[in-house]
Amino acid sequence: MAPAIRLRSAVALLGRFPALAGVDLDVQRGEIVLVQGPNGAGKTSLLRACAGLLPVVAGEAEVLGHDLRRNRRAVRRRVGLLGHAGFLYDDLTVEDNVRFAVRAAAGDVARIEPTLARLGLTGRVRTTAVGRLSTGQRRRTALAAVVARDPQLWLLDEPHAGLDAAARDVLDGLVREAVGRGATVLLASHETERANALADRVAHVAGGELHAATTEPTTTDAKEPLHVA
Amino acid sequence: MWREAALVAGKDLRIEARSRVATNQVAPFAVLVLVLFGFALDPDRGVLTRASAGLFWVAVLFAGLLAVQRSFAVEAADGARDGLRLSGLDPAAVFLGKAAAVAIELLALQVLLAAGVAVLYNAPLDGPLLLVATSIATTVGVAAAGTAYGVLAAGLRVRETLLPLLLLPVLAPVLLGATKAWEAAMGIGIGDGRPWLQLLAVFAVVYTAFGVLAFGPLLEES
Repeated sequence: MAPAIRLRSAVALLGRFPALAGVDLDVQRGEIVLVQGPNGAGKTSLLRACAGLLPVVAGEAEVLGHDLRRNRRAVRRRVGLLGHAGFLYDDLTVEDNVRFAVRAAAGDVARIEPTLARLGLTGRVRTTAVGRLSTGQRRRTALAAVVARDPQLWLLDEPHAGLDAAARDVLDGLVREAVGRGATVLLASHETERANALADRVAHVAGGELHAATTEPTTTDAKEPLHVA
Repeated sequence: MWREAALVAGKDLRIEARSRVATNQVAPFAVLVLVLFGFALDPDRGVLTRASAGLFWVAVLFAGLLAVQRSFAVEAADGARDGLRLSGLDPAAVFLGKAAAVAIELLALQVLLAAGVAVLYNAPLDGPLLLVATSIATTVGVAAAGTAYGVLAAGLRVRETLLPLLLLPVLAPVLLGATKAWEAAMGIGIGDGRPWLQLLAVFAVVYTAFGVLAFGPLLEES
């Protein structure tokens, strides 16, 4: 089976400028890989490129066996991105937002109820317009929209931000369960301790604009990079 | 594709139903335009009655601009446009869904405005078949062109002021055709309304086809 993510000298543009400048990265199916680096290193760009939101203009880029340069739609339907924005409609209720996300991805609507319950989005919250929710509840709703779609690749950009301790634990549990079902996770987080506990490997990005991604195990002392750009 | 288009249209209509922007702002604006024309033109000399078709369609076009801007404003908040791209929906279906939602809003608005011109301008709404056919063709054309140009302007900071500049010149033939067809149907114009209806139908087909083909690339670039 093809790796979940395979990048070879991948160049992705943000507007007219390269956000990724020749990145090599392999993420195998069922792995949780943590992307670390300073602000502006290109963590978000890496996740957005893998989601098919940034155009890859040079090099090779395959996600879930699909060529990102030729078939971004096939990739998008199979990935779930939890970004800085929640991709939510303020005038729709929590349930409406999650239902739209699931139906748009041709997902299983039966997953909506248990997902909302798991994230505490029940009772009046469920039928409240998202524009009236607190930051934490909005974040839970955005997470629910990703989880209920049951994507094969989870792209989580600072997923713990804005969540209380209980919700963070729920998130970590959901990630592990998804991986147990065969999903793959690429996450960027400054919550180092929590994210390291979750991840199998760490990918380091550096250089303002991302020029290289190296990966190393989080649970051993080995520091040999697995892939170097 | 039709299932996806219905999903997008349902989403947009639900947003309008919940936010009530269409009913509390767009519709009153269109009625206000009719009333202001009534103040500006002399009702005693039959000017309003003779101009009622044109004034009706000017009000519809202005309201249509607001509806299109609103359709893309909801996608601008909280990265929703990226969410739409990420959803995996067929861009052609997104175009058809958004255009359909705008068209439904405009058709509902036209019922209100038709009552308005009948009451305020004493407009003779005869020839219902031609009136309705013209309304449908015009609405499809306005919604399709508006949605195509709406996504073009959506990613720009000056989208609110740019969209009217882009769209109104394109819709000028629609305004002319719809006015002439309605005048013919109302018996206050010269000639047959059917050629104008055919022009409106061609415009609607051309812009629907253009939107289906171009919406995806425009959405990616916006």
